Amino acid sequence: MVVGVLTPEELEKLKEAVDERKKLITTLRGKPWPMMKKLQTLKESQEFVEKYEGALGRGRGRKLYAYKVMMQKKWMKFLRDFENFKTACIPWEMKIKDIESHFGSSVASYFIFLRWMYGINMILFGLTFGLVMVPEALMGRPYGSIPRKTVPRADETSAMDFAILWDFGGFAKYSVLFYGYYNNQRTVGWLKFRMPLSYFLIGVGTVAYSYMVVIRKMARNANEQGGGDDTSFNFSWKMFTSWDYLIGNPETADNKFASITTSFKEAIVEEQENRKDDNIHLTRFLRVLANFLVLCCLAGSGYLIFFVVRRSQKFALAGLENYGWWERNEVNMVMSLLGMFCPMLFDVISSLENYHPRIALQWQLGRIFALFLGNLYTFIIALMDEINLKRKEEEVIIANMTLWQASLYNGTLGENNTTPVITVDPADVPRGPCWETMVGQEFVRLIISDTMTTYVTLLIGDFLRAFIVRFLNYCWCWDLEYGFPSYSEFDVSGNVLGLIFNQGMICDERAAPARLHVPAVLGSHVLQRPPGAVFKASGSNNFYMAMLLVILFLSTLPAIYTIVSIPPSFDCGPFSGKSRMFDVIQETLENDFPAWFGMVFSYVSNPGLVLPFLLLMILAIYYLHSISKTYKQSNLDLKKKLQTQNEENKKKNKRAALKAATELEEARNTLQEQQSQSNNNASNRGDRRLNDSNGTTNQIENGHTAKNHCRPPYPHRCMDRPSVPRGPGMPGYLPGLPHRPAP
Amino acid sequence: MGGSASQLPKEQLAEYQELTFLSKQEILLAHKRFNELTKDERNPPTRVPMDKILALPELKSNPFRKRICHVFSTSEVKDGSLTFEDFLDLLSAFSDSATLEIKSHYAFRIFDFDDDGTLDGGDLEKLVNCLTGDTDDTRLTQEEMRQLITNILEESDIDKDGTVNLSEFQHVISRSPDFVSSFKIVL
Repeated sequence: MVVGVLTPEELEKLKEAVDERKKLITTLRGKPWPMMKKLQTLKESQEFVEKYEGALGRGRGRKLYAYKVMMQKKWMKFLRDFENFKTACIPWEMKIKDIESHFGSSVASYFIFLRWMYGINMILFGLTFGLVMVPEALMGRPYGSIPRKTVPRADETSAMDFAILWDFGGFAKYSVLFYGYYNNQRTVGWLKFRMPLSYFLIGVGTVAYSYMVVIRKMARNANEQGGGDDTSFNFSWKMFTSWDYLIGNPETADNKFASITTSFKEAIVEEQENRKDDNIHLTRFLRVLANFLVLCCLAGSGYLIFFVVRRSQKFALAGLENYGWWERNEVNMVMSLLGMFCPMLFDVISSLENYHPRIALQWQLGRIFALFLGNLYTFIIALMDEINLKRKEEEVIIANMTLWQASLYNGTLGENNTTPVITVDPADVPRGPCWETMVGQEFVRLIISDTMTTYVTLLIGDFLRAFIVRFLNYCWCWDLEYGFPSYSEFDVSGNVLGLIFNQGMICDERAAPARLHVPAVLGSHVLQRPPGAVFKASGSNNFYMAMLLVILFLSTLPAIYTIVSIPPSFDCGPFSGKSRMFDVIQETLENDFPAWFGMVFSYVSNPGLVLPFLLLMILAIYYLHSISKTYKQSNLDLKKKLQTQNEENKKKNKRAALKAATELEEARNTLQEQQSQSNNNASNRGDRRLNDSNGTTNQIENGHTAKNHCRPPYPHRCMDRPSVPRGPGMPGYLPGLPHRPAP
Repeated sequence: MGGSASQLPKEQLAEYQELTFLSKQEILLAHKRFNELTKDERNPPTRVPMDKILALPELKSNPFRKRICHVFSTSEVKDGSLTFEDFLDLLSAFSDSATLEIKSHYAFRIFDFDDDGTLDGGDLEKLVNCLTGDTDDTRLTQEEMRQLITNILEESDIDKDGTVNLSEFQHVISRSPDFVSSFKIVL
């Protein structure tokens, strides 16, 4: 079909039609039509677009238009290929799908979470490695050139011992892994790489990046969820969403059936019990008792850690060589063991409380959280004590340094100003106690011992247990697999918690000056049963994200405190010699940026400006919070309105139906009377009467049909309201009414 | 169109990619698995009977497998048999990248056992029986069943007409955090 010259309006309309068709093509896959229909529509739309796209391009800029269209097509193809490539590249995708089919999606959600955290840790490690470790290793002074980079003479003989290396002493201590190795030169190498600035910024940057990533994920999840109240559809969700379609294993399916049945029964029973609550006082008393016991536990564990750290200080003062393995690793072992046994204790105590399982789980998680935080903070406070000790030591050593230097120049005191520089082997220079490295070492040791404990408990607790159960079952009196001790369930929530705590410790250690990234623990979950209750741990659950955020925040607090308030050591690390670590920023501003920049910066960081800004943010948060409350309220109001409207409609329809029925009855009666009358007077009245009665019957029938129009199969209200366009989804069309599905 | 040719022509592959949520590899894998269902026959038909589809390991343990076949089948005799294109439709609706709307639409149709466009008490009862398994000790009692259905209708039936229709169903489902991730089938 040849299209002649088109007027601009027609051109516009044609363009709109073509765009509409193009949009239809892109949204075809989201339409619930059978494939034949989709193919047909696709072919039609594509033909239409091809035919008229040429026409559109006629006249001005045809070549350009055709070129644009071709580029668009190529771009879509490229995007599609890229999507395919990306999905093929996701690590462990096949394994996770395997797990999903065997164990269901809630277990797989733990591994998806694990993978996500692994990704983040890899990125952070890459940043640190590339921008801090590599420049210092390649462009900084080599090992052995300055005192801070050399193993002291006294320790040289033992520097290569495995025991010392395992403890992160010896050569491990004097390497790029730890803070103390870094030189405080402002720039290194021919690139003029600003080492101290980079160290500081990367430290701050990694923490900021972690926060940003977690918050972004939380926001995305909140958007997806719609943010409504999540317990109002309890039963419906159990009904419609509890089956996991990924299950391909008949054993898993049977487990799933059993768990769904139990959850239905439990929910029904609980619903009934909520209606009656007996003996509220006993329950309350028991709950208070349980909380008191838990508080005692927490206090006890805090004190234990404090005591143990003090003891380890005493050991250190007396010299570690005199003590065996236990004394050297006491602190770490105690912390790990506490982390293992206290949750079990909390579990036992919570049986007193008699809560709904989900609420009980939340209490349990909250308590474990408090335990972890208590332990971490006690540990940090004890570390602070040690830091103060080391700083006092440092002052003593600084005083001694001057004496020692004087002793070097003993023979040459007679010279005046130009004293020759005496070269001393770096290994012989007396060393200050580098508290930053010490803190780093402590954290690294803690993380490693935690990992080891987890592995060991997994081995003993789960693997061995499963082993025993499987093999002893043949010759034991009761069925070990169903009764005690049975296989252990895959505790998704516990494992996710462990992951989050690990991340918190790593964050702390990163913010503190060690540079080791220990990847998250990957236990072996081979012989564990999939969990009965559905517990999603994936990123779709904002509860775990929120916990991660809180842990990150609380872990970085001590680090920030140390950066801001404690002066760095005088002879080790990239900030040595400065009075505060963040002075490096000041230095950079003065030396590397133009003068006006420094002025602007000082204005912006004025408290007079920062405080009103903070106030504004708080007000904004309050405003958003109150808006969300009003939205929820209006939602509820709309629902109620919908319900009352429907009820009203039903009532009115009933009334109308009744009225019509009575009228029909009356009309029938009058018709019968008239017919009998006309039969009686048939000869006299003749056709006239018949015509009359026919007329009346016609009238009546017309009346009926008129009324019938008012009573269509759908209980609409008519004649009382102005006519409004009606269609599915439009206002005025009531939901819940059977209508023909859209073509 | 699937059955006899052992290779998918390229334009058709591109069209299927355009019309479903599946990637190229997934479509090719689906083609392979579909052909395997009829590989023993000399003249493989384009339409595979329902019992062969139900033998697929991904569907074998699913309590809704028969309903799934009926919903996606385009056969005139309503016997649940699927062509390759029906199979692709099935995989697309259950794929990872499918939208919530399309998943909830098909979920509604799957749960609508009597195909009348709404979920009434009878549909819900059959649904519960499917979910609780076939053995006697896992089945719910009559009393429990009644209580359950009342609770569900109380929650989801906004206009109180005694049935759950598509928009009410979609409203409930859109609030659920688990639906999209559990309503998945992957080959």
